[in-house]
Amino acid sequence: MTNAIEHWSASNQDRARVLLDSYPDRRSAVMPLLYLASLEHGHVTEDAMREVSDLTGMSAAQVQSVASFYTMYKRDDVGTYLISVCTSISCFLRGADDVLDAVEREAGTPDGETSEDGLLSVEHVECIGACGGAPAVQVNYEFVEGVRPDKAQALVRWLRDARPRVVLADEMQQLFGSEQSFDWAIAGVEGAIAPVPAFGPYGSAEDGR
Amino acid sequence: MTDKILTTRMDAHPSDSNTLARYLETGGYTALRKALAMDPDVLKESVKASNLRGRGGAGFPCGVKWGFLGDSYPRYLVVNGDESEPGTFKDRQLLERDPHQLLEGMIITSYALGVKQAFAYIRGEYPKPARRLQAAIDEASAAGYLGDDILGSGFDLDVTVHLGAGAYICGEETALLNSLEGKRGEPRIKPPFPAIAGLYAGPTIVNNVETISNIPWIVNNGGSAYAAIGPETSAGTRMFSLSGHINRPGNYEIVMGLSWRDLIYDIAGGIPGGKELKCWIPGGASAPWFTPELLDTPVTIDDVGANGSMLGSGAVVVMDETTNVVAAAHRIVRFFSHESCGQCTPCREGTTWMERILWRILNGYGRPADIGLLLDVSDNISPGLRWPPAQTTICPLGPSAVSPVTSLMDHFRDEVEAMIGEAVPVA
Repeated sequence: MTNAIEHWSASNQDRARVLLDSYPDRRSAVMPLLYLASLEHGHVTEDAMREVSDLTGMSAAQVQSVASFYTMYKRDDVGTYLISVCTSISCFLRGADDVLDAVEREAGTPDGETSEDGLLSVEHVECIGACGGAPAVQVNYEFVEGVRPDKAQALVRWLRDARPRVVLADEMQQLFGSEQSFDWAIAGVEGAIAPVPAFGPYGSAEDGR
Repeated sequence: MTDKILTTRMDAHPSDSNTLARYLETGGYTALRKALAMDPDVLKESVKASNLRGRGGAGFPCGVKWGFLGDSYPRYLVVNGDESEPGTFKDRQLLERDPHQLLEGMIITSYALGVKQAFAYIRGEYPKPARRLQAAIDEASAAGYLGDDILGSGFDLDVTVHLGAGAYICGEETALLNSLEGKRGEPRIKPPFPAIAGLYAGPTIVNNVETISNIPWIVNNGGSAYAAIGPETSAGTRMFSLSGHINRPGNYEIVMGLSWRDLIYDIAGGIPGGKELKCWIPGGASAPWFTPELLDTPVTIDDVGANGSMLGSGAVVVMDETTNVVAAAHRIVRFFSHESCGQCTPCREGTTWMERILWRILNGYGRPADIGLLLDVSDNISPGLRWPPAQTTICPLGPSAVSPVTSLMDHFRDEVEAMIGEAVPVA
């Protein structure tokens, strides 16, 4: 079963085993395993789905049915930095469409596409739960809140020029944000190192700089 | 008289309210010790007596829900942290700033219900809240509050944090269970209800993050003390998320029963630039809109229901006089169209049609028949267009998309007609 992922990094193989043991039924591990496989392959490739199918005992078609249901499983290449601009009602009322426009122009990449150099992906997303800090943006699922169009452009330039290895919400908020949904108060020391949610058991979180 | 329950610790200790050390120093896990010495049935009675109602959206009495739990084992507790209703961001704050409060509530609830494996389903866009909860789990496990033989009581519990992957529909409890089982997040037909046949077909209680975060206080202070806070049928405090055209957006924990005017103007500072209020959404994007003549009505679950909407997830989205309400309705309908799981034809097709019709009205291509068409499509999803809504679909997502359309037609039909009147006829 796990020999399907012999070519994965040792740490991700360990994580896969932990995930399979975390649920009463192996099938329940399909979602975290798809994140883990995205880290290994850059996105959810055909190979990734076959590997997850071997791990969980699901058919490849069942894995594909899950992978295609959820928007956060990317089935095409994603840039090093995935910039998600919320355009749902609360952000819309606060000017989110102008923020999306600014991001698209600065990145030279339209909504839903990845830049030619593979650095930046831009997408508009539905409500990300940052309505009190509208308009809100996420980079690799780490928040920046209260983003104005000029700051959104500056954020894109910063990603391109500084190329942070770890994307830290606190750092982005300080540089490019203003109003917050609530006082974040507690320093966030973990950030994202890939365009996959940075949650330890799924393999992408690590200590910030 | 208590006016805050959930946010006292995070307000008093902003920089470390998430840590076990601070949690213990401020009375944390005393409720667990107390609960473990109690008979589970007494504990359940106490929660029932608290009149705590679900904070996820439906407002179902928590203790009653627990009472429906089937007899078989294994049974499960699933905490719903899939918070995705547009306008809502309260659970994110509770998870980031006081994860031990939720965790203690989960442990007590699991003990009361005979659960040995609990899950927290956190939306995929919330990796930081998930990290904070996992850190709390790790701390609590190391200190003996979680795992085998908790505090020497013989009670065992494991908690698994499960991250979603960007599907709003997984906030619907049966879709959430399918998702947790490793399937597409498609809602199930009820009955059977999860309490009878839920996760892996076992008896399962699904409760919202905020709901469970109240449990430690209820155990410490007694169910009747909780029931004594606020109006009889909307007991306790409630987290409200305010957003949109408002001077002080944010989460506010308040005792229900105040007026909308108090909430919007006194607590959240009113409308920026001294502008007039046009309308507001009282309980998340699924809720029909309120207009200013309701400003002096009480903020309770029942009063909002009687006035034709719902308190839902506690998300209040404020729109000022300059708001293009057709654009706002379109934006909400677009959300539901995107988030429809596709199982039921009226919702899958209907929300798509509604989005397209609103788009063309908004962009100058509206047709005179469009208003009738919008209402007809809406009626196919929610027959009679009444409140509370009927539905031709498995879950309430379809009727949720109808709310902004009926709100538009009930209150701002003239604006829609004017937009269509100005449209350039397409040859």
